[in-house]
Amino acid sequence: MLESEACENTNYNPLIVAFCCNWCSYAGADGAGTARKSYPANIKIIKVPCSCRVNPLFVLRAFLRGADGVILCGCHPGDCHYTSGNYYTRRRMKLLMSTLSYLGIEDGRMRVEWVSAAEGNKFSETMNSFAETIKSLGENVKLRDLRCKK
Amino acid sequence: MQKIAELIKKEAESLLKENKVTAVWAWQPGEFYYDNSPVCFTAPEQLDKLVYNEFCPSNLGKYLMAGSKKNETMAVFAKPCDTYGINQLIKDHRIKRELITVIGIPCSGMIDIKKIKNQGVKGIISVSVSGDDVIVTTAYGDKNFKKSEVLLAKCMSCKGSDYMIADKELGEKMEVKCQKLNPEDGVKKLEAMTSQERFAFWQQELSKCIRCNACRDICPACSCEQCIFDNQEAAVAGKASANTAEEQMFHIIRAYHVAGRCVGCGECARVCPQGIQLGLLNTKFAKDINEFYGKYQPGADDDSKAPLVDYKFDDVEPTISAKGVR
Amino acid sequence: MLKINKAKWAELFAALSAQGTLYLPAEVDGKVDFTVWQDGTEVNLQATQTAKSIKNVFFPQIENLLDFKTDGLKLSVEQRMLPEEDTIAFGVRGCDVCSFEVLDKVFLKEPVDAFYKARREHCTIVSLACSAPDETCFCDTFAIDATNPGGDVTTWLVGDDLFWQANTDKGKELTEKIQALLAEGDEAGVNAQQKATKEIMAKLPLADFKIDPKIPAEQEKVFNSAIWKQLSDSCLSCCACTYVCPTCHCYDVRDFEIDNKVERFRCWDSCMCKDFTKMAAVNPRVSRLERFRQRYMHKLVYFPENNEGTFACVGCGRCLQKCPVSLNIVKVAKALGVAKDV
Repeated sequence: MLESEACENTNYNPLIVAFCCNWCSYAGADGAGTARKSYPANIKIIKVPCSCRVNPLFVLRAFLRGADGVILCGCHPGDCHYTSGNYYTRRRMKLLMSTLSYLGIEDGRMRVEWVSAAEGNKFSETMNSFAETIKSLGENVKLRDLRCKK
Repeated sequence: MQKIAELIKKEAESLLKENKVTAVWAWQPGEFYYDNSPVCFTAPEQLDKLVYNEFCPSNLGKYLMAGSKKNETMAVFAKPCDTYGINQLIKDHRIKRELITVIGIPCSGMIDIKKIKNQGVKGIISVSVSGDDVIVTTAYGDKNFKKSEVLLAKCMSCKGSDYMIADKELGEKMEVKCQKLNPEDGVKKLEAMTSQERFAFWQQELSKCIRCNACRDICPACSCEQCIFDNQEAAVAGKASANTAEEQMFHIIRAYHVAGRCVGCGECARVCPQGIQLGLLNTKFAKDINEFYGKYQPGADDDSKAPLVDYKFDDVEPTISAKGVR
Repeated sequence: MLKINKAKWAELFAALSAQGTLYLPAEVDGKVDFTVWQDGTEVNLQATQTAKSIKNVFFPQIENLLDFKTDGLKLSVEQRMLPEEDTIAFGVRGCDVCSFEVLDKVFLKEPVDAFYKARREHCTIVSLACSAPDETCFCDTFAIDATNPGGDVTTWLVGDDLFWQANTDKGKELTEKIQALLAEGDEAGVNAQQKATKEIMAKLPLADFKIDPKIPAEQEKVFNSAIWKQLSDSCLSCCACTYVCPTCHCYDVRDFEIDNKVERFRCWDSCMCKDFTKMAAVNPRVSRLERFRQRYMHKLVYFPENNEGTFACVGCGRCLQKCPVSLNIVKVAKALGVAKDV
């Protein structure tokens, strides 16, 4: 995999966790690979059966244990493999993001994007732009467990 | 209040004597005038200990869970605000509706003894309340208060005198007379702050937490049989207050888990031994839900779909207004 | 007896703080708690009680014991340093002073708890006599004299003067170091205050509350009492009472894993918790009744039985103030009929 431009020539390499649904976004990542589109290597993908499998606790725990950014990708609303899973995700994550911002956590540390299996390009663009955002935000210090300091 | 207490006693007596229920949940006096605690009466002769006055803030609904599991018939006395919690427990399948008899009792607001004590009142020997006058007799002399000024925070944002569920209503409905507070005001004040200020505020609030779990254990929406924070295998069980990150996690997740089910009874903030303003977190979720998905009052009924287990095709997207703003 | 005027307290605290980390009751976020003194700390010597007890200073809620590190196949174990800095606990009330007697019986008995012992040995306790007891106070039940609380040094706050009297060698040593700040005072003011305080205590609702010293002998009867059911039915099973109690001392030992390192720490635990002492598989006390009974049996029966009749309660009244549903040791003792109303 190619190193993204965004992460070149600096010492800071943010750790990013991406939850990708099995049916659309994970296949989208594959699509990006097939199309030889790059995305940063410091994005760790966790495959989930559906975006609505992601409990808000997973997101918080990722931050707690040292992630600098968390992105959640699922099928476009209406395209869920299980018909309605991502509609629930949409409500849940909207509330979680609003609350994180309310608690004083930087907006942008968490993102939700809909990426279909055919959107390899979008996957790569999304990940690159997210990595850039996180880089500009710097390390996650607010949500991290102090004991996990690198 | 004395009159209502008599009515409650009579009602409890007839329910127990006629064997309509096996247990009655009410309040009994403590060591001082202000520390009544919930109690389960099972025989008519115990009822001389029953009490109802301005110091009965506890919602008795959650106690019905244990009996409901054992298929016991129970009666419960519920103030208007308590009925929301009872409805929620029925909706969450924690209480079987057919087993319980809910008796609505009027309330004119409960007094916050902490507000009185915070004004330097010590050595309380007795308290007497008549109308708006509260006379506190202490070993250091008498002190007078206005009831409207020493009400519990939850009573200052009283949702009204109507019962959401009641098989019978005792006495006449009463109003809480005081300067009303809108719980959303506190949230709006925080929202108007900068991100840094909000972070500093929550750090200070949440670092007070001693993880006693009182907020969780009193909450009518926190009714899981096994809480994830009690499960050692869950890797998030933290008995310790290791650092604020762990407390943040506990309180965010707890508030999140009750989002759309939190009836706004304010009990969590009332029982917190450290005085954490937990209402500000729960109210934020309620406010967001109202804004994004339409007005919803959990506990107002026992069959509507909660906002987080429902969706619309055109729901608002989880995008952020300004990307990457510190 | 020595004394020091309010005008010189700032100097006193600075001088004490030069001798070691100084913990004293101060306003923090609207509550009074033991806090490390710094310039500008809002000291509050009027509050009858701190929200949390002095236990937090000697037996913190969370404490790291060991670190395990792996380097390839090598495993190393690192013991955490013992807390051996000198400390002074100032303004400790009589009930909290006596809580050490209970904790010492647990932590200083074999096997000795090295962390607790280190803190205890390096601390000088400066107690503060009560002059305005609250209705929740019942230290008198355990023959604790709130007006003469003991410790290494006893102090009395009379008007604007703080009277000072060293009781032990440790106390005398500390007194010598700050001698320059102290003036001679006479005992009349202190005696008058002690008398007045005792008169007030006699008026308070719990003045007559006594626990029958014979209960430990009636273990079986108490254990099987029917009253546990009704009382435990209303208990929420939270740990508020345990965590504010100056004598509760149960803890759990846990590991925290970080990449190639494990931190072993201990943290307070409560017998009220569902997941307390998970032995081979489960907590042997499955029901709330059993857990509730355990806490009070421990305080009123088991502990005195093993420790020459000392109850594991000092009457500070924190559980009376903090229980969300107003269940507390007084209510339990009275319901059990072990309370003797004299």
